[in-house]
Amino acid sequence: MPSGSFEQLAMPHFERLYNFACWLTHDRQEAEDLVQETYVKALKGFSSFQPGTNFRAWIYKILRNAFLTSRTGLKATATVQLDLVGKEETLPAVKETPESILLQRSDGQLVQQALEQLPVAYREVLLLCEVEEMSYQEISATLAIPMGTVMSRLSRARKALRNGLRPQSQKG
Amino acid sequence: MVCESWKAKLDTYLDGELPEQEMRTFDAHVRGCPSCSADALVRVQMKRAIQCAGRRFVPTTDSRRRIERSITPKPQRSFRLGWMVATAAAVILVVGATTSTYIGTRSGRDKALRDHVYSEIADLHVATLASSSPVDVISTDRHTVKPWFQGKIPFAFNLPELQNSEFSLLGGRMTYLDQTPGAHLIYDVRKHHISVFVFQERSLSLSLKLPASLDENSLSPKQLPFNMETWSQGGLRYFVIGDTSAADIDSLAKLFKAAS
Repeated sequence: MPSGSFEQLAMPHFERLYNFACWLTHDRQEAEDLVQETYVKALKGFSSFQPGTNFRAWIYKILRNAFLTSRTGLKATATVQLDLVGKEETLPAVKETPESILLQRSDGQLVQQALEQLPVAYREVLLLCEVEEMSYQEISATLAIPMGTVMSRLSRARKALRNGLRPQSQKG
Repeated sequence: MVCESWKAKLDTYLDGELPEQEMRTFDAHVRGCPSCSADALVRVQMKRAIQCAGRRFVPTTDSRRRIERSITPKPQRSFRLGWMVATAAAVILVVGATTSTYIGTRSGRDKALRDHVYSEIADLHVATLASSSPVDVISTDRHTVKPWFQGKIPFAFNLPELQNSEFSLLGGRMTYLDQTPGAHLIYDVRKHHISVFVFQERSLSLSLKLPASLDENSLSPKQLPFNMETWSQGGLRYFVIGDTSAADIDSLAKLFKAAS
């Protein structure tokens, strides 16, 4: 049985889970329902959680799986997988620096918009890495993908975000 | 130009994910290389910009309270009589328990869990077939369907050759059983659809605490209108379910067993 009560382990992640859920669903009400479902499922399966393993990765995995089986999640992933195919080759090289343009403008809204436009598979891996500051290993456990896939997906996500931040005229 | 190999690893370096020795070498290089240090600076700023933009949504106090209420255990009955009754019941149970009742209880629990797994599998089967797009990869070719799962599920499996059989492959999709990712394949036999689910036995056993007796009763409980077969092979747990005859289910299961 895991040490510490479920509430003690789970509630510190509430704000972050809610933020992550909002990014996945694009809808606050849906995000709230998703988080609630996550907590109920996590509590139900808490006896299967192995003490000493990563609780954060475990509860994020539950949230993500609940999202994937939701109507929004199914819709999002159905289009994402097609979007991902061959995308890497079509993205421009990193030589230009749209980041510098962006940073000069200091416009956080542009980054938010670019993040929103990303396919869910790219958005979630970027958020887990940059916002949740998860290690590659934690991301691998959360998304149930190998470490190599985490690295390649992150790289593609970053390129896609840079492309999204480029002014329209420079997109290719 | 000479920095191309460094730059390829720049993001991994900034994520702090390079091995320790390589991190030190990288540190030294970035300090001495104006091109790489400029690139690193831009990427660090980008990381910060994503971090700021990403921390965007804040839950309401009400929603926090709702969650807390949903996970707080119900208050226990603490009055004395309750304790006395509970203690008396416990004593009776301890004294009265025999090996046979213990086994009976355990097998009852196992049966309940087995029924639960069967119900979940049946739900997945029905929900998928009711969907307007039951498969995400549409192909009758196993050499197209199998590679589609690469990178989506943390294991590999074999699909059987269907030549000279009545079955045809319709496609596949990802699925989840109790937060465990798996493969869901759909086959057709004489207009009946059969689902084959494949999961990692280890992950499934951990999350569901599957009983060892899951294989003993391979056919579905009577209350389910489906025939089902399940077995474990090569570290994977297979479920075959459909509304066709038990013989069809068994034939497809045998093809999978032979292919694995």
